Amino acid sequence: MNAGSAQLLSVKDLSVDFASQEGVVHAVDGVSFSVGSGELVGLVGESGCGKSVTATAILGLTRMLPNATVTGAIEFEGRDLLALPENEVREIRGRDIAMIFQDPVTSLNPVLPIGRLMTEGLENHLGLSHTDATARSIELLSTVGIPQAAERIKDYPHQFSGGMRQRVMIAIALSCNPRLLLADEPTTALDVTIQAQILRLMRQLSSEYGAAVIVITHDLGVVAGMCRRILVMYAGRIVEEGPAKPLFRHPHHPYTVGLLRSVPRLDRPRADELVSIQGLPPDLSHLPPGCAFAPRCWLATDECWCAAPPLAATGEGRRCACFHRDRLVERETERVAP
Amino acid sequence: MSGAVSGAVSGAVGGAGSGVSAPAARATADVATSPTGGDALIAVEGLSVHFPITSGIIFRHKVGAVRAVDDVSFDVRKGETLGLVGESGCGKSTTGRAILQLVRPTTGRVLYDGADLAHLGGGALRRQRRRMQMIFQDPYASLNSRMTVADIVGEPLKVHGLRDRSGCKERVRELLQTVGINPNTLNRYPHEFSGGQRQRIGIARALAVEPNFIVCDEPISALDVSIRAQIINLLQQLQREFGLTYLFIAHDLSVVRHISDRVAVMYLGRIVELADNAVLYGEPMHPYTQALLSAVPIPDPEAEERRRPVVLQGDVPSPADPPPGCHFHTRCPAAQTGLCDLESPSLAEVRPGHWAACHLITAEDYPHIRAGEDDLAVVADGPPDAWPGDTRSDHSGDGAALDGPAGGGTPPASGGEQA
Amino acid sequence: MSDLCDEREAAFATAGLGSEAAAEVTAGDAAAGWAPDAPLIAHRTTWQEVWTRLRRDRFALVGLAAIILLVVIAVFAPWIAPHDPTAQFDEGLTMRGMPVGPSGQFPLGTDTLGRDLLSRLIYGARVSLVIGVLANGFALVLGVVFGLTAGYFRGWVETLLMRATDVMMAFPIYLFAVALVSVLRPSLGILVLVIGIVYWTPMTRVIHGEVLSIREKEFVDAARLTGCTSVRILYRHILPHLVAPIIVYTSLGIATTILFESTLSYIGLGVQPPTPSWGQMISEGQAYYLSAPHLVLYPGLMIMITVLAFNLVGDGLRDAFDPQQRRR
Repeated sequence: MNAGSAQLLSVKDLSVDFASQEGVVHAVDGVSFSVGSGELVGLVGESGCGKSVTATAILGLTRMLPNATVTGAIEFEGRDLLALPENEVREIRGRDIAMIFQDPVTSLNPVLPIGRLMTEGLENHLGLSHTDATARSIELLSTVGIPQAAERIKDYPHQFSGGMRQRVMIAIALSCNPRLLLADEPTTALDVTIQAQILRLMRQLSSEYGAAVIVITHDLGVVAGMCRRILVMYAGRIVEEGPAKPLFRHPHHPYTVGLLRSVPRLDRPRADELVSIQGLPPDLSHLPPGCAFAPRCWLATDECWCAAPPLAATGEGRRCACFHRDRLVERETERVAP
Repeated sequence: MSGAVSGAVSGAVGGAGSGVSAPAARATADVATSPTGGDALIAVEGLSVHFPITSGIIFRHKVGAVRAVDDVSFDVRKGETLGLVGESGCGKSTTGRAILQLVRPTTGRVLYDGADLAHLGGGALRRQRRRMQMIFQDPYASLNSRMTVADIVGEPLKVHGLRDRSGCKERVRELLQTVGINPNTLNRYPHEFSGGQRQRIGIARALAVEPNFIVCDEPISALDVSIRAQIINLLQQLQREFGLTYLFIAHDLSVVRHISDRVAVMYLGRIVELADNAVLYGEPMHPYTQALLSAVPIPDPEAEERRRPVVLQGDVPSPADPPPGCHFHTRCPAAQTGLCDLESPSLAEVRPGHWAACHLITAEDYPHIRAGEDDLAVVADGPPDAWPGDTRSDHSGDGAALDGPAGGGTPPASGGEQA
Repeated sequence: MSDLCDEREAAFATAGLGSEAAAEVTAGDAAAGWAPDAPLIAHRTTWQEVWTRLRRDRFALVGLAAIILLVVIAVFAPWIAPHDPTAQFDEGLTMRGMPVGPSGQFPLGTDTLGRDLLSRLIYGARVSLVIGVLANGFALVLGVVFGLTAGYFRGWVETLLMRATDVMMAFPIYLFAVALVSVLRPSLGILVLVIGIVYWTPMTRVIHGEVLSIREKEFVDAARLTGCTSVRILYRHILPHLVAPIIVYTSLGIATTILFESTLSYIGLGVQPPTPSWGQMISEGQAYYLSAPHLVLYPGLMIMITVLAFNLVGDGLRDAFDPQQRRR
């Protein structure tokens, strides 16, 4: 954790429960992490691991869900977003914290020209006049790489291709110079060659605008080239955290190890068989009492089934929630060494 | 067509610019001029699928056509896995569906063991379908939510009269066991299973008729990351066990590399490159393949830092209105005006077993647009040298990568894109 | 510690791995033996399942009871009704020629011609139920067959059928019905036929639209690959997904057709007097709704009860046909 640098966002013991007919779903379960100014953080996990719900909570949108119970604290520049009244959160949301969604098709209102979508935020949050807002929008659209921005600003979302729409989304998100950008699976709906463009653009703009970015994705490859710090989530909890390079090179949590091994890689020789993680992700309304990964873990012992391992610091800015980290690290070193 | 190219592809002078440039070579079924032949189980010859764009409510008339698949020829050899990759809208799924006659080809032939499927209909086609099956992308949409697992997996047996009533149930249990589903759950409905399990049920259904050939249409892209490897392993295990032949359609190049023996790359309805797995990934010839490979993210920050990716500009053009000449010329960093934008290159064998459709490959001054040679070079799983910690606080490496790929003359990131 | 641990594990095993998850955990070890305690459900046919699920729906049962009661009343009308529904009673009218209120002889009073209202209601159930069920059933069959055919086979079949539907919908249906009934001599059978022909269009449109989206689903492709014939695909794979719209439209349609019959009766083209039908009773009584509101009230109530009963059963059936509703 870059505790030294200015802390932009710090999430403290965040839990989000949803009431459902099947019981209480613990979507997020005691998650703590922080993001420094201008930092690029990757939040990685499978569907249902709570990564998107965490983002929803940071945006303060969970309070609009009637069946959600949120506890903990989300401090953004020292102010707890969960304790603030809705009108103040609304001011922060969109201006200081912006979001890029997975699907640019459904997240842009199809009946409004993109100019309207862009100027709206500028006028509401920054109090610009319509002319100024339009000028700024055109500037932003050219920044994100939309040719002939001045003409295209009158176009409707459907007149743009998937990659272009995602660029428009980014332009809208950046319009008010946010301090924090949440990107929820920003490239999942895009093709590989377009994904490369968008990732590059996001990296470039983040350094240009000094905005911190949280990239939420299931794709380890997407965050590997982009983020400096990685958070791995499983079943509503953070199981591992650390700087990207050491984390990818020597993962400490069996889940991270399993994920990395189960993905075929272009830069490695072809294996005859992939090393898969056994079993399936757990049902969030019936979590096991101990470590949620224990039923799928090859290192699990009695201890793992009884108590959930705490997310403990392991040096070099890393944290890991596993009782058997030492055993794992030992084995991995043995595996790699000869 | 330049002399160099026509020399290599003698006789394959297509109707340039017409879009449907049928290589004359195909008519003579010359093995050397079309990537078919050999011990082919499936031979696809000049396959085109055009979807009409119609207008008018009462009197519909055709105003155009989406050339989803445009004169594609290849074969699938007995027992192999042929990977078919490309971006969305390149026609890879339509090709798979056209082979199985789920979409009727506009022109061309699909030979299964020498018999043309495209001209079969009704009962004859239904009988042939015992030999060919499909595994679908969406494990939610591909199982009928109103049927139990027993009905879903047992239906093929019933339809083809392969088993009597009690034998059917026994066979269903056996099939479920094969794909790793508890056979005691056969009276459950699909919604009671997770995505990965549903995919297993879909595989069991495909296996029920004991097919020889299976089209896997993005079988893992809708699944959770930790489940994907399980399904891939299962597919490989089944292939070994039952001697299956796969056409594996996917957009994920790493997965295709893992599972395929040969790989075909499609772009806007045409095959641009086809070669053995090791050749295609090791020495890609077509500029599109090279760009595609360099865009695949690698889950390793260090490898990512070393790469100098070829970032393609712009988007894939609409298949309803593909650009003239080589479909790729609008995004190609090496395109030559006056050649690539006028004439459409035909798929030619540039080396034994390595087919590519590009005017420039055979040219002597073929620019190797691939930036760093170590982009895709296999990184040895080397000894764990002491990692110095996160010393680079501001990723100075990124900046270099951002400044555009070395060589090739790619325009800057934000310019010249077509929406 | 280990005791506690075992206990928790057991709890987890029952909670987490109880139903769905049982298969999930075992999914990994394909070759290994399956958990012996996995529940083995005896196979039941779909209709049995539907009935099992319907039985748990209290509202649907109430509706079903009401429908059964109505059918019993209609079938056994001659034995239940206190009087002949067409008989006019002198004591059924007041001195000034007005219908009388409820009494021992006429439990619900009489109508403007001095006939027993209760008896007419009971006999009216015959006509209204027959019209409501048969005419609707006829419209339903036409609509489903046309909609399925048009939506599944597309091409010229679709063009022909859907254009015909559009023309029918654009045509003033009352005029059409009036023309038909006046050419053919009005009778119950003719009425059923005419109403069915008039009302197949909305069902066709709805089914056609649904089929268009369902036929693109991958499971339909899978069924074709399996070697299913078109008829089997339509019947086994597509039709079960149309249960919801069919039931909703049919239960709405029953009300509409009962009322349509009353409209026809009103202009003298429906059931011929003195045979009673609820619609006809309303149209006869509506001139007196201020002085004798019960003339309209009771048949109106009967129509409402009938429609409500069909709606409740329809709702229940829709849920019972949907396996995903089972656990909710």
